[in-house]
Amino acid sequence: MADLTSTFVGIKSPNPFWLASAPPTDKEYNVRRAFEAGWGGVVWKTLGEDGPPVVNVNGPRYGAIFGPDRRLIGLNNIELITDRPLQQNLREIKAVKRDYPDRAVVVSLMVPCEEHAWKAILPVVEETGADGIELNFGCPHGMAERGMGSAVGQVPEYIEMVTRWCKQNTRMPVIVKLTPNITDIRKPAEAARRGGADAVSLINTINSITSVDLDNFAPEPTIDGWGAHGGYCGPAVKPIALNMVAEIARNPETADLPISGIGGVTTWRDAAEFMALGAGNVQVCTAAMTYGFKVVQEMISGLSEYMDEKGIASTAEIVGRAVPNVKDWQDLNLNYITKAKIDQDLCIKCGRCFAACEDTSHQAITMSDDRVFEVQNNECVACNLCVNVCPVEGCISMEALAPGEIDERTGETVSGEYGNWTTHPNNPGGTMCNVMPEE
Amino acid sequence: MPNDMQTSGIRDHRLAPGDYAENFSDLHPPMDDHEALVAADRCYFCHDAPCMEACPTTIDIPLFIREISTGMATAAAKTIFAQNIMGGMCARVCPTETLCEEVCVRETAEHEPVQIGRLQRYATDALMAKGEHPFSRAADTGKKVAVVGAGPAGMSAAHRLAMHGHSVTVFDARSKAGGLNEYGIAAYKSPDNFAQAEVDWLLKIGGIEVKHDSPIGGDMTLDSLKREYDAVFLAIGLRGVNALRTEGEDLENVRDAVDFIAELRQAKDLSSIPVGRNVIVIGGGMTAVDAAVQSKLLGAEHVTMVYRRGKERMSASEFEQELATSKGVQIIYGAAPLRVIGDKAVEAVEFAYTREENGALVTTGETFTLPADQVFKAIGQTLEGAPAGLEIEGGKIKVTGSGRTSDPKVWAGGDCATGGDDLTVTAVAEGRDAAEDINTKLGG
Ligand SMILES: Cc1cc2nc3c(=O)[nH]c(=O)nc-3n(C[C@H](O)[C@H](O)[C@H](O)COP(=O)(O)OP(=O)(O)OC[C@H]3O[C@@H](n4cnc5c(N)ncnc54)[C@H](O)[C@@H]3O)c2cc1C
Ligand SMILES: Cc1cc2nc3c(=O)[nH]c(=O)nc-3n(C[C@H](O)[C@H](O)[C@H](O)COP(=O)(O)O)c2cc1C
Ligand code: SF4
Repeated sequence: MADLTSTFVGIKSPNPFWLASAPPTDKEYNVRRAFEAGWGGVVWKTLGEDGPPVVNVNGPRYGAIFGPDRRLIGLNNIELITDRPLQQNLREIKAVKRDYPDRAVVVSLMVPCEEHAWKAILPVVEETGADGIELNFGCPHGMAERGMGSAVGQVPEYIEMVTRWCKQNTRMPVIVKLTPNITDIRKPAEAARRGGADAVSLINTINSITSVDLDNFAPEPTIDGWGAHGGYCGPAVKPIALNMVAEIARNPETADLPISGIGGVTTWRDAAEFMALGAGNVQVCTAAMTYGFKVVQEMISGLSEYMDEKGIASTAEIVGRAVPNVKDWQDLNLNYITKAKIDQDLCIKCGRCFAACEDTSHQAITMSDDRVFEVQNNECVACNLCVNVCPVEGCISMEALAPGEIDERTGETVSGEYGNWTTHPNNPGGTMCNVMPEE
Repeated sequence: MPNDMQTSGIRDHRLAPGDYAENFSDLHPPMDDHEALVAADRCYFCHDAPCMEACPTTIDIPLFIREISTGMATAAAKTIFAQNIMGGMCARVCPTETLCEEVCVRETAEHEPVQIGRLQRYATDALMAKGEHPFSRAADTGKKVAVVGAGPAGMSAAHRLAMHGHSVTVFDARSKAGGLNEYGIAAYKSPDNFAQAEVDWLLKIGGIEVKHDSPIGGDMTLDSLKREYDAVFLAIGLRGVNALRTEGEDLENVRDAVDFIAELRQAKDLSSIPVGRNVIVIGGGMTAVDAAVQSKLLGAEHVTMVYRRGKERMSASEFEQELATSKGVQIIYGAAPLRVIGDKAVEAVEFAYTREENGALVTTGETFTLPADQVFKAIGQTLEGAPAGLEIEGGKIKVTGSGRTSDPKVWAGGDCATGGDDLTVTAVAEGRDAAEDINTKLGG
């Protein structure tokens, strides 16, 4: 079995799978059971100021989007930070950390945007023996209305300021958790770095309304006839999160800033993908909320198996390995030519590739009277849509033409040389071109 | 002493009272919402879907399944009924394993087709339970059409004609409408009096008058109908039955399977239907399977189906054969009856083994004898009482195109007419298509 131990901003854990700050980490009872199930670490559910705790709605707080077979693929919530007293949380954190010294225990914090508030909470957290803190600048509902959470995360200057206060007032590593509800994720990451953050973690949830009750005409979850936007998470947000992680990892300003990857991690494969794009570890919420703490066991065995197969000795070797291959569109090789190929033995003749290509792509698939589907290389632009709509894995693949072969669509010979848009004869800007390509 | 399975002779009440309801309950029970959603999820929404092509009424199967999956079973039902007004009955009786489900691409992929039949039932039940009729009649055209036979072909045609605004009169020889839906289909395929419920629901379209106990052939002839109506659609099914032409066929307790089934279907109390201890069913079609299975379900101790050719030639599907054997029916392939033995009533049947030689069936010389106190003949139904003057081909009323007979004012469809398999769904399709053709002819 591969060595899964991970060190993230100096915090050691037996594996890179942490539970994200959320209901799974809201209390000692949960966290102990999570550690027994195998989780490498937790980020404790966000703590607020001392005093009367926040109050949650007493109606439904979650909404969901389902895939086939009612698989939960997207979850939306309007829950606030912990609604349990600060002192109780602190006592529990201390007890858990004492009993599980090998696991990572990071404490998420959100207090008003005033230095005295942060100065007040940092020492009492430090006193628990926790390994680090995470600043919740991401919560997009409820707390944001009170000037916290994403209200801070959307203003880089505030991020920098609060991060600096924390760094000045604690010896614990500081992880800044970012909100995706912004246009350019690099700006808040750069601000965190300027403030001295040890790492960023992302993404927090995305502003969302998951559904509308069409009998009562109210967004769901509906509280006494009304609804408010919530935060979206789960497998559906993974692609958005992956892109944001990659943006930070390949930005020269933040390239060396450690990242804790969050957003839709459900399997070992998701975790490995985040890590390949630059995340030092991952945090998980929805998968645990959907399937229970045991899911981590699949993540552990899967990642370990993968590392053994690939001869990868430590998780650190995966981190960032895909980053050099993330480029701008204008860098992509326009001389790389592929064609779709249908494996007739695997084809079950559903015709979805035909419908997709005929109606919405390039009319490059033909259908015979006896339902044989064939790709016409002289029409195929290699868009990959047929591969994406085919229900049988591996039935349609994209095959690259070798240099010297003729592309039947253009009649041109495949050159085998690299050539991108910046040097393409059709580019009006010629070699100087640096405009963003159209979406 | 009360009767049980071992009591000799033909006896009723062989089983405990509760067993009947259980034995004759739904063969394919209805799906609940959850089952339907899970089952609907499996459909790939195929392009030019093979299932749709395989359906004789060309129901848009992928569309109705998608409608179920989005929580709109009633919309799904309308998609079904637009093509097949007896989609409810077809959902229960279609041999889907040789129609839509046989060609489902998930049968190819995983040997497990989408459960199209049961999903169709889920959808049609949902709409019918509301008691709503989804179609309305066009303005009265003033034209009158006579339909002879109130089976699936006749009722399907009547509905479509009424929808187009014609006034339809349906004549049926029997006292209830529905044809074999009411008198033939196995009881466990159509429990809870569904056939009559379906007819009542179908008639809500309006403009259809059903005349029971009104056979064509006596006082009323085809000629008189032609004089009184603008067009006539014949859907009289196959009322005759083939004889064994074997010694001893006339002994007591040797009877036609279809009569036994009709009696069973009309019984108010199934426990009152007498059945033999040793039952032999001769034949290899759906009728034979239904007679054998239902004999067994009534409590017969031994039921043996004997078919003169090999398994692969049997017209009952693989599924039907397995159903029979799973209920305890023994099937003997490749044996033909030589003679029925008995004094007054049947006591045994002697069979000869057969084999096929160059397409001809010959006996091998070896024989065997099975004890029997009841024998059902199920070796095929025949056209009987077809009006004179119409061209007949292969024992059926000859039709071309959409049910056109040799008489320009007369159409025919369903089992009594040439073309298509003898199935409920085919009858519905042919009735519908003939109605469309009549409508066009009448200037609709
Ligand atoms: C025992 C049995 C089981 C079957 N099981 C299945 C099954 O599971 N699935 C399936 O798809 N198919 C099954 N079939 C076949 C199916 O029932 C028929 O194909 C279908 O009913 C044919 O419809 P139809 O309208 O042509 O004829 P029918 O249903 O036979 O209806 C004909 C109607 O015409 C009436 N009639 C006859 N002569 C006259 C006359 N001279 N004047 C007035 N009215 C007349 C009759 O009373 C009857 O109501 C089965 C058939 C039998 C016999
Ligand atoms: C292949 C592809 C290309 C697209 N190109 C454009 C584009 O050029 N301009 C644009 O405004 N939106 C573009 N879009 C976005 C779509 O218009 C649409 O906003 C998006 O797909 C979300 O809608 P949907 O998920 O319901 O399809 C594109 C989408 C796809 C899938
Ligand atoms: S063949 Fe099967 S999967 Fe395809 S549309 Fe029909 S039911 Fe759906």
